[in-house]
Amino acid sequence: MTVSGQTTAVPTPAAHAGEQAGQAWAAPVAEQTAQVLRPHAEDAFADELAALAAQDDRPRPPRWKLSPWAVATYLLGGTLPDGTVITPKYVGPRRIVEVAVTTLATDRALLLLGVPGTAKTWVSEHLAAAVSGDSTLLVQGTAGTPEEAIRYGWNYARLLAHGPSRDALVPSPVMRAMAEGATARIEELTRIPADVQDTLITILSEKTLPIPELGQEVQAVRGFNVIATANDRDRGVNDLSSALRRRFNTVVLPLPESVEAEVDIVSRRVEQIGRSLDLPPVPDGVDEIRRVVTVFRELRDGITADGRTRVKSPSGTLSTAEAISVVTNGLALAAHFGDGVLRPGDVAGGILGAVVRDPAADRVVWQEYLEAVVRERDGWTDFYRACREVTAA
Amino acid sequence: MTGSGTGVLLLGVRHHGPGSARAVRAALDAARPKVVLIEGPPEADPLIPLAADQGMRPPVALLAHAVDEPGRSAFWPMAEFSPEWIALRWALDQGVPARFIDLPAAHALAWKEETDDGDGETAPSGPDVRIDPLAVLADTAGYDDAERWWEDVVEHRGPGDEDAFAPFVVVEEAMTALRDAYGGGGHRRDLVREAHMRLRIRDARREVGDDAVAVVCGAWHVPALRRTATVAADRALLKGLPKARTDVTWVPWTYRRLAREGGYGAGVDSPGWYGHLFASPDRPVERWLTKVAGLLRAEDRPVSSAHVIEAVRLAETLAALRGRPVPGLTETTDAVRAVMCDGSDVPLDLVRDRLVVGDTLGQVPPTAPAVPLQRDLDRSQRRLRLRPEAQRREVELDLRGETDAERSKLLHRLRLLGVDWGLPRTSRGSTGTFRETWRLRWEPELAVRVAEAGVWGTTVLAAATAKAEADAAAAGTLAEVTALAEQCLRAGLPDALPTVMRCLSHRAALDTDVGRLAQALPALVRALRYGDVRGTDTRALAEVAVGLARRVFVGLPPACAALDTDAADEMRRHIDAVHGAMGLLADSADSADSADRSDSAERAGGDLRVSWYGVLRVVSSRDRVPGVIRGRAVRLLLDAGELGQDEAARLMGPALSPGTPPGDAAAWIEGFVGGGGGGMLLVHDERLLALVDGWLTGVSAEAFTDVLPLLRRTFGAYEPGVRRTLGELVRRGPGQRAGAGPGGPGLPGFAPDLDEERAGAVVPVVRLLLGRTGHEEESRLTGVGT
Repeated sequence: MTVSGQTTAVPTPAAHAGEQAGQAWAAPVAEQTAQVLRPHAEDAFADELAALAAQDDRPRPPRWKLSPWAVATYLLGGTLPDGTVITPKYVGPRRIVEVAVTTLATDRALLLLGVPGTAKTWVSEHLAAAVSGDSTLLVQGTAGTPEEAIRYGWNYARLLAHGPSRDALVPSPVMRAMAEGATARIEELTRIPADVQDTLITILSEKTLPIPELGQEVQAVRGFNVIATANDRDRGVNDLSSALRRRFNTVVLPLPESVEAEVDIVSRRVEQIGRSLDLPPVPDGVDEIRRVVTVFRELRDGITADGRTRVKSPSGTLSTAEAISVVTNGLALAAHFGDGVLRPGDVAGGILGAVVRDPAADRVVWQEYLEAVVRERDGWTDFYRACREVTAA
Repeated sequence: MTGSGTGVLLLGVRHHGPGSARAVRAALDAARPKVVLIEGPPEADPLIPLAADQGMRPPVALLAHAVDEPGRSAFWPMAEFSPEWIALRWALDQGVPARFIDLPAAHALAWKEETDDGDGETAPSGPDVRIDPLAVLADTAGYDDAERWWEDVVEHRGPGDEDAFAPFVVVEEAMTALRDAYGGGGHRRDLVREAHMRLRIRDARREVGDDAVAVVCGAWHVPALRRTATVAADRALLKGLPKARTDVTWVPWTYRRLAREGGYGAGVDSPGWYGHLFASPDRPVERWLTKVAGLLRAEDRPVSSAHVIEAVRLAETLAALRGRPVPGLTETTDAVRAVMCDGSDVPLDLVRDRLVVGDTLGQVPPTAPAVPLQRDLDRSQRRLRLRPEAQRREVELDLRGETDAERSKLLHRLRLLGVDWGLPRTSRGSTGTFRETWRLRWEPELAVRVAEAGVWGTTVLAAATAKAEADAAAAGTLAEVTALAEQCLRAGLPDALPTVMRCLSHRAALDTDVGRLAQALPALVRALRYGDVRGTDTRALAEVAVGLARRVFVGLPPACAALDTDAADEMRRHIDAVHGAMGLLADSADSADSADRSDSAERAGGDLRVSWYGVLRVVSSRDRVPGVIRGRAVRLLLDAGELGQDEAARLMGPALSPGTPPGDAAAWIEGFVGGGGGGMLLVHDERLLALVDGWLTGVSAEAFTDVLPLLRRTFGAYEPGVRRTLGELVRRGPGQRAGAGPGGPGLPGFAPDLDEERAGAVVPVVRLLLGRTGHEEESRLTGVGT
């Protein structure tokens, strides 16, 4: 099918960053030789999807390309009976994926929540690709998303020439999904103004989209569903009305579970970015990366890694994506202005900037953390000094 | 003789499994045995009829304890969904005798002591020591979680399945295979217990015949009980076991203590869920989710019936996806999270706490034998010659004496347990810390309280420790935990301290109010000193105190900015308190260091002081900080010798210059020279006095009336002598000030300058008196004269 792409708006920088981190999270995508910069999930993993479909003998809900069980396997990875290896798309708790897939199977809408950089978009794209074989029915939520992006618009030339008719109507991705029984995706749902959001209520509860201008309606075909993503740090910007919220099952995508996993994600991603920015290679930054990740995790979780000391959490997100940018920054500093080795001083400034978002409250949080935790820790003396230096200024 | 055991009905169960319980009931109904044998201490046989008592409500536990040492004890908890309980009730309802057949507690308790003291064997605390049979089976079946496997295979089987005995046959087969592979699991005690059980089964069989005996025991033991062994071999195993005089009773139990988190080895993760599974006649998932919805509604979360419907659908589909026969706790929890809690774990924690674990409390009829706690209390009362009397009387305790100190500890412990036998009174006359006054009165309901407190432990010490730990975890405010820490020290509960301290440091970390932190610090440091005096190990306490101090340091300067008068006064008091505490804390950190590793210890104490002075310096020089606090900070630094008088004068200058509002300047003066010793400071440092004097004369007439009350409060507190001297100085002051050099004008009868020669003559004597030598001291001494 050809997609006009009228509503696949250019991703905002924030969404883009989230997406990138999401990729870092999941297993690396096989190097694509195709012309497009970034192929859709259903194209990039067409082989795996085909193999799964071929061997999938479990019952499929109407218009699903795979059974729920196969969808879960597609996301979590595994080996099929014939030996085909399915790469894991999402590295994280199995429970999350199972609940998400099951939600779609019970034709409830799915809301993926999480801080930036937790692979929300990534998961939603792959879910749509596996369930409907099409991840392109996408509405990107922004502060300026109009109602037409969710319902339908008009081709005004046709409208004027031929009067109102189905031909003059420009369907939204959601409307097309309803007609085809496919999965529609809505990115950054909470960025969309509240009145536009509420357009979804009828679609999700009545499963129908009236077109009063024509006296018609589009009724959703079985298999239609919606996956929305939202950033839970944006809470309160355009909070979902409780009527809408009730239509969704919510799954929160967590931050990486262990330090190891997070260090892994950060160093891999940092290496990729470093290469694309042509930074001179900086050797052996793992210790410093581990330190950044540890600091971020401890402040985020409100407790030290050994579980002995509680600390206050600052107002910032301190997501993995931010840790990546702190380390990349530090690398650039070390490469261009330092001695080529990533040192505590190179990351201290970045950490301070990430942690202290609110100059009054966060500064106290940060200083407490420095004094109560960093100061006491073996081998962290240089880091402590470097932090003291930038904090005092 | 040997027994093939074909006829004996062996019901292998998991302790506390609702499915097992249901299966046991069905099997008993089908087989109708003439005697029911249950894994449990035989000493409890006389207590079995109590299980049918009206006043008995599970969860309860059989408690066996050594008579001379109530601290040594063992529990056999039973909930209404425990197969053992079901078997017991079935036997009582049918009028069939029931017996406990495990190794007598007399041996078990004595043995426990022996192995604890002994060398080779590890402490026989629970099933986790040996291989986990269920884990092996679950692994074989392809499950990663043993609990889940057992649940799918046994516990979630609905009632009314085909053959009542089928599940037990299957379990026995599996266990036999396991025991063949692993033998006894490396646990000698199991072999002995099984030998004892075999002997008792043999007795019962001889009594009523092979087909009329039913045995309810852990699934692990089934193959061993089925096995053929000679009486002689079994007797040999049981020979020469140590023995302790033992008492057994029923005690009330709670779901929380049944949970594994409570430290009970054979516990289950979700007693509340199991209770629900057992109690619901049908549609357990629907009923459970309705219950959850009710709880969440009570907590003001909007949860409608539509939510429940969606949650049920999700749970069921999820179970299908995961290949489980019916939704288990994992599925329902996932459904509750996704549908009712917006994906958040916070309300889910509430569900876990209230429903999944649950806070059901059992009940035991009053006719049950006395709990060991009561016995322990009796013994303590006799030993300390502190008789429980209904009449009110006051006792005065001198904590320096050993008996009195013990008495005080006992009373404090009882208070922690909610047994208010003694109420502390403020001591008359003396205010020393070694004296306590108590008003004692033993009221009959206190016995009930003691029985209730029996849940916490078998001795007053153990119970109070457990209670203090639980209280610390539940405490709402920082002050409560601090008070609890003090109580722990008074009650002599060193084992509870680490937990209390952990809670304390967690609360302190999350408390954003510096005032509250500052309030907590002195109490903590007091407790530290108190502990020092009593010889308790207070290292953990010191660590927390130092951590708390550091947090106060960081938070204090911002917290001092922009306060109104009352808040500033309060903050000044906090600063005074912290300063006092800091002295003690740094001292004890020093002494702890010197005892331990002298270098690092020294650093800790000195370090704290340096940081604190740094904080005071910051506070003293910030404009936005109210005058009274700035003045106080300067004064504290001056007293500590951190600030020279020159510097103090330099700081005082701007504070009292005409640019400063008079009210603020007067507050500065109050902070600086208010309180003890302030007057003397002015008497001896004429420069400071001159600054105050100069400022005061420069205050305009209308402003003067405003600042007068403040000044009166400041100077009115001085002793009359000091006031008079000050007055004299001021009267003479203005004239002389103009001509006076830096040395100051001097008092009547004194030369304006120091006569070094005459002053020097005293130095050797003074040095001798102070026991000091060296040049440094000399120069300091002469400095005093200037």
